[in-house]
Amino acid sequence: MPQGFRLAEGGLIDRARPLGFRFNGRSYQGYAGDTLASALLANGVHLVARSYKYHRPRGIVSAGPEEPNALVQLGRDPRSDPNTRATQLELVEGLAARSQNCWPGVGFDVGALNGLVSRLLPAGFYYKTFKWPASLWMKYEYVIRHAAGLGRAPGERDPDIYDKTNAHCDVLIVGGGPAGLAAALAAARTGARVVLAEQDCQLGGALLDRPDETIDGKPALDWVAETLIELGRNPEVRILPRTTAFAYYDHNYLALVERVTDHLGEKPETLPRERLWKVRAHQVVLATGAIEQQLVFSDNDRPGIMLAGAGRTYLNRYAVKPGSRAVVFTNNDGAYGAALDLQKAGVSVAAVVDLRTAPEGPLSEQAEAAGLPILAEHAIVATRGAKRVGQVAVAPLGPEGDRITGDGEGVECDLVLCSGGWSPTVHLFSQSGGRLAWDELRGCFLPDTPAQATHVAGACNGAFGLAACLEQGLAAGETAAAAAGFETKGAGKAPPQATDRGFLPARWLRLVPSIEPAGRGGKHFVDQQNDVTVADIQLALREGYRSIEHVKRYTGTGMGTDQGKTGNVNAIGIVARELGRPLPEVGVTTFRPPYTPVTFGVFAGRDVDDLLDPVRKTAIHAWHERAGALFEDVGQWRRPWYYPQGGESMHRAVAREVEACRSSLGILDASTLGKIDIKGQDAAELLNRVYTNAWSKLETGRCRYGLMLGEDGMVMDDGVTARLGEHHYLMTTTTGNAAAVLGHLEEWLQTEWPELQVHLTSVTEQFATVSIAGPNARRLLGELTNDIKLTPKALPHMSFAEGAVAGIPARVFRISFTGECAYEINVPASYGMALWQTLIRAGEKYDITPYGTEAMHVLRAEKGYIIVGQETDGSVTPFDLGMDWIVSKKKDFVGKRSLARSDMAKSDRKQLVGLLTDNPQEVLPEGAQLVEKALDKPPMPMIGHVTSSYMSPNLGRSIALALVKGGRERHGQKVQAPLPGGHTAVCEIAGPVFFDPEGERLRG
Amino acid sequence: MLLIPCPYCGPREETEFSYGGEAHIERPKQPEALGDEAWADYLFMTGNTKGVFLERWVHSHGCRRWFNAARDTLTNEVLAVYEMGGKPPKLEKRSYV
Amino acid sequence: MKSRYSIFSLLRNALSYHEGWPEAWRSPEPKPSYDVVIVGGGGHGLATAYYLAKEHGITNVAVIERGWLGGGNTGRNTTIVRSNYLWDESAHLYEHSLKLWEGLTRELNYNVMFSQRGVMNLAHSQHDLRELGRRIAANRLNGVDSEFLTPRQVKQFCPIIDLREGGRYPVLGASLQRRGGTARHDAIAWGYARAADALGVDIIQECPVEGFRIEKGRVRAVETAKGTIEAGKVALAVAGHSSVLAELAGFRLPIVCHPLQALVSEPVKPVIDCVVMSNAVHAYISQSDKGDLVIGAGVDRYIGYSQRGGLPVTEETLAAICELFPLFRRMRMMRCWGGTVDTCPDASPIVSKTPVEGMYINGGWGTGGFKSTPGSGWVYAHTIAHDEPHPLNAAFKLDRFTTGYLIDEHGAAAVAH
Repeated sequence: MPQGFRLAEGGLIDRARPLGFRFNGRSYQGYAGDTLASALLANGVHLVARSYKYHRPRGIVSAGPEEPNALVQLGRDPRSDPNTRATQLELVEGLAARSQNCWPGVGFDVGALNGLVSRLLPAGFYYKTFKWPASLWMKYEYVIRHAAGLGRAPGERDPDIYDKTNAHCDVLIVGGGPAGLAAALAAARTGARVVLAEQDCQLGGALLDRPDETIDGKPALDWVAETLIELGRNPEVRILPRTTAFAYYDHNYLALVERVTDHLGEKPETLPRERLWKVRAHQVVLATGAIEQQLVFSDNDRPGIMLAGAGRTYLNRYAVKPGSRAVVFTNNDGAYGAALDLQKAGVSVAAVVDLRTAPEGPLSEQAEAAGLPILAEHAIVATRGAKRVGQVAVAPLGPEGDRITGDGEGVECDLVLCSGGWSPTVHLFSQSGGRLAWDELRGCFLPDTPAQATHVAGACNGAFGLAACLEQGLAAGETAAAAAGFETKGAGKAPPQATDRGFLPARWLRLVPSIEPAGRGGKHFVDQQNDVTVADIQLALREGYRSIEHVKRYTGTGMGTDQGKTGNVNAIGIVARELGRPLPEVGVTTFRPPYTPVTFGVFAGRDVDDLLDPVRKTAIHAWHERAGALFEDVGQWRRPWYYPQGGESMHRAVAREVEACRSSLGILDASTLGKIDIKGQDAAELLNRVYTNAWSKLETGRCRYGLMLGEDGMVMDDGVTARLGEHHYLMTTTTGNAAAVLGHLEEWLQTEWPELQVHLTSVTEQFATVSIAGPNARRLLGELTNDIKLTPKALPHMSFAEGAVAGIPARVFRISFTGECAYEINVPASYGMALWQTLIRAGEKYDITPYGTEAMHVLRAEKGYIIVGQETDGSVTPFDLGMDWIVSKKKDFVGKRSLARSDMAKSDRKQLVGLLTDNPQEVLPEGAQLVEKALDKPPMPMIGHVTSSYMSPNLGRSIALALVKGGRERHGQKVQAPLPGGHTAVCEIAGPVFFDPEGERLRG
Repeated sequence: MLLIPCPYCGPREETEFSYGGEAHIERPKQPEALGDEAWADYLFMTGNTKGVFLERWVHSHGCRRWFNAARDTLTNEVLAVYEMGGKPPKLEKRSYV
Repeated sequence: MKSRYSIFSLLRNALSYHEGWPEAWRSPEPKPSYDVVIVGGGGHGLATAYYLAKEHGITNVAVIERGWLGGGNTGRNTTIVRSNYLWDESAHLYEHSLKLWEGLTRELNYNVMFSQRGVMNLAHSQHDLRELGRRIAANRLNGVDSEFLTPRQVKQFCPIIDLREGGRYPVLGASLQRRGGTARHDAIAWGYARAADALGVDIIQECPVEGFRIEKGRVRAVETAKGTIEAGKVALAVAGHSSVLAELAGFRLPIVCHPLQALVSEPVKPVIDCVVMSNAVHAYISQSDKGDLVIGAGVDRYIGYSQRGGLPVTEETLAAICELFPLFRRMRMMRCWGGTVDTCPDASPIVSKTPVEGMYINGGWGTGGFKSTPGSGWVYAHTIAHDEPHPLNAAFKLDRFTTGYLIDEHGAAAVAH
């Protein structure tokens, strides 16, 4: 019968909107307003899952985020979601879900064989076995891995998008139950900016489940509606339903996730699936409520056994009868409300089994008056029923509550509603650093000392009655607003009136005794999701795992996707009982974010694919693309690597580009080099202090190469700096280090040398830099400028001039990284493309050839010029590079003292050398390690490695640079490079300059 | 995400700042005059206090200015900020073992 | 007498409802005096105690721990084990450790679930490829297994990795250490504790150190919450607290502490069978036997002891994971936590004598602490027993910061710190 367990009337569902859905391949119907769990129960489906380890049949336990069992695989690829809690999943038309971790199906599951050998699978069994033979461990593990895990990861790329947003507010309220709403009212009335986040799709919290509650003499939901109207009219209030505050970081910074489209039948493509709210709140009010705790009794996990509060939710909010004949099992007064609701809905209540010696409290009295069969000082000692509970055994408790008397009497039922009391949802409070305190009366941990600007109200604060919730909510809202600097004029209106009906008094039996002791008969589950039983905890303690953290880690209790929301206090209680220590001494395990699991995608937001990291492109990038360049990533920059023509191989293309530079003219986009504008009367002094060489005598119009060290003496960066004017310099840095060098200079200036009058400005992106190099460079440039004299005398190597190039205001630097006569032309970035195109057009007659980073590397390697980060790795000094000539002996500079440490002077330090392979056609792999003589097998003592290696078209042979121990003294000697595959390359150590060592081409 | 009160711009998100380690380590006036051990002390032997720590930050994605801060390294509470070269405020010592 | 763990003992105990299992280790009160007191009951401290007893016959040893065994970084890391470090000194030390890992389950009679499923380090740029090439070459000549994978081989080895052309940082290649893998982190502490206890070592939990008694430059005793314990030698193995304890002993260390985060997803059926690490995209991931995706995140850059990190690091890490594995975007983070890592300026550890006679320090492991546990304990035990380092840890001495002989492993650490 469709929806055979739906009540004829009532509930907050929309009966006018029936929705079809599928579960495990069968079609069902529910209503708008249902969750998957409530719709399944409306159709009489209780068996929804198999347990993690023993594959026991499992049903729906809760009606919220605490659900341990009813996790389903939702949807199909590419939108497949494992481990989705049916209890929070809003029903939409066409929803399809299936049970997880079972084969072939949830009804008949082969994995249930594990249950038969469960005696062999106690906590930690894997530490004790699968050890022999060692070679088989990976096979054992394969089986373990495939048995473990719950749902299946998605198999395809997620097509959905995720968003992030920042928000600031005076008061952030977490929880939209009566306490949270009251807090919002109070805070909003002061004019404070309020954000209220509620994980549910509806506001009202527990009031949604309790039609009998009244506020100001009217149904409580009327008050909720009025409150929402008032808040809705206030422009300073933002209400976020379907939004879970899942993490509370330092400085009142909270992370919230809003589910934007999952609940929509038609999902607009423009909307993100979820949105991450990053909220910086002046004050935070936690009104997060409380979670009902399970009772730990024998075989307490069968489908049809659920929390009492959840039973009320299904009855009242969803108008679903979770069973036909119920037993209520409780340690407190509150669960009698569930018994009364059942009775009202026409479910027969076979018994109310109460652990307390006498039923006591307002609801118990009502139940007695209503004639419900109450068994005080009794316990459920066993349950039966393969795939749904069919019978429970009830027996009287002994006087201490630690054993039963008699064998128990069978009671037929198909529903057991249990209540082990309520535990405040202190997760966020604890994450914030706040201290918790054990409350003996309430049997729970309560917020004690806050660590941040945090206020707590309602059930989260141990106030379990409605009146107290409202009162605390109002007070917290007001206090928070006042702390945020808003004037509170008293609440303004009369506080709402209600009655307190909490769950107390209670009797705290963390372990309900059974016929046989725990571990011998049935299973007393503490953590249903991870199949952790009382016997497992006892075993852990017996074996010496006594800290609560050890118990947790050894047994896995509280480590499932529900993070033990319904069982952790029981676990702590059982440990305390077993050890004979007071419960607070056992302590509480740390609450870690997130409160409920959060999608990876929402943390990534839009920072995926190309937006993972910014791509920096030069002003000339589009030209390179049109020219068919291949690119390489250098830091965030994308630089042309080489420009293959007509299907050229990389080798051919690079050789062509290199030869063009040497024989006629090459052109390179060098815009990515870092450029720092340095101004001020002490600019030269700054350079003196940060570079190894002296700068005081550099004349205006001249350039100088500099080597920059860290204070540890290691080479950090290099580049050419030009003196543009009296107190004006332009420093160039390597592409990757531009930001780091600027930061380095700023740090020294501001923290050590504030007396220096210097200003630094990054101008990397303000200028485009085009380098032309080759024998025809001067000729080409001469054709495009009238006001810059280019003769070697007027503009010699390492000098600078300002003027117009192709009509564009330009700075021309005669500097070279290729060994050719070369000019670096800096123009405002917006002219970069125009300059490039003009040079290309005008250079056609010289066969001007654009070259990329690879050709640049070959050209500079032929000259023995280093690249920082390739010839250096943070452990190389100027002396190691053979650059003693650039290290001033007269002045101090950053890093100088470190060069004098004892290990820096050792003769076996690795030094930069050139390498020539005996076979001139063999190009050594970069990174190849060098040995004196290759041995048959490793280990082989290494004496250095290849830093750069290329085929040199100009020399017609391979060349390499390397760092070799004591290398400078070893020119002419042979070393070997054992390569993968068994081949050993023999090479000769040489000087690092292979081409034009006199620099004639450079200066000519 | 810490909220760091830049003395020049006001409170800003931690991601706008870069960290500069321990404050008040003065570079020796005459490095050459120091022995290797004293130089290593200056270079590497840094404070790593569990408790109130005087440290440096730079508002690198803001005003780009360096400043000092006193922060509790256990709770991340920022107790004071003050300019480079300034004297540290008098603060109660907190020690955690 | 301890019972040996085996399938037979499991069967036997099953018959008696597992009610007969003995304690894995005793919980004695401290004796007035020990030959060696090890401060810190994490993996390193316990391993040191075990090897002191096993290799050097020194059994009058106490391990004192302020909280519970393995509660520091041992129980907070992402359980990756590998030895493909760049420099000879590191490679030899970590390789020694890896070899010990390979026999550890049998040695300890405790299944530490060391699973050699392979560790892959990805390269995303020409620069990465060059560095990778250098590392692979050095590893091979040091006898550390290491091989280069082309993108196609990467895809074969880990089919779910995203290799689309045009991704922000496409995968250009990878290094693979097949002998690398993962292990069960808690088991390493428990296994060493049980084995050390069996050799007579006293393991004393909930015993914070309050000070040291040092006379004429030599350590004589440790002041603890459970009273003064005289000690012939004192060995610190307290990652995340090294500087604090060094200060109590009156010396300084070149170590700073940072919060390092890790996180796990909800458990799913096997989907990734190896360890994947990427320096450039800044993420590492594996899947535990339980089914969780285990993901290492970055460090917060400030000094911190809070054992939790900030949101920006989580965001960056998961963005990186989503870039490498777009099909994980719908997976959910189940738990996120932090540890406190000791880091040295050169990203290499210190296993060394100290300025205080009879006192030793083992720290500064950064992100390398877990994988090094057996090797670290082994060389540390040698250092303590002989009052001088073993050749394997000779380079990792405290005075390298004075002479300048640093071992700069920034490139090899999973996350540059």
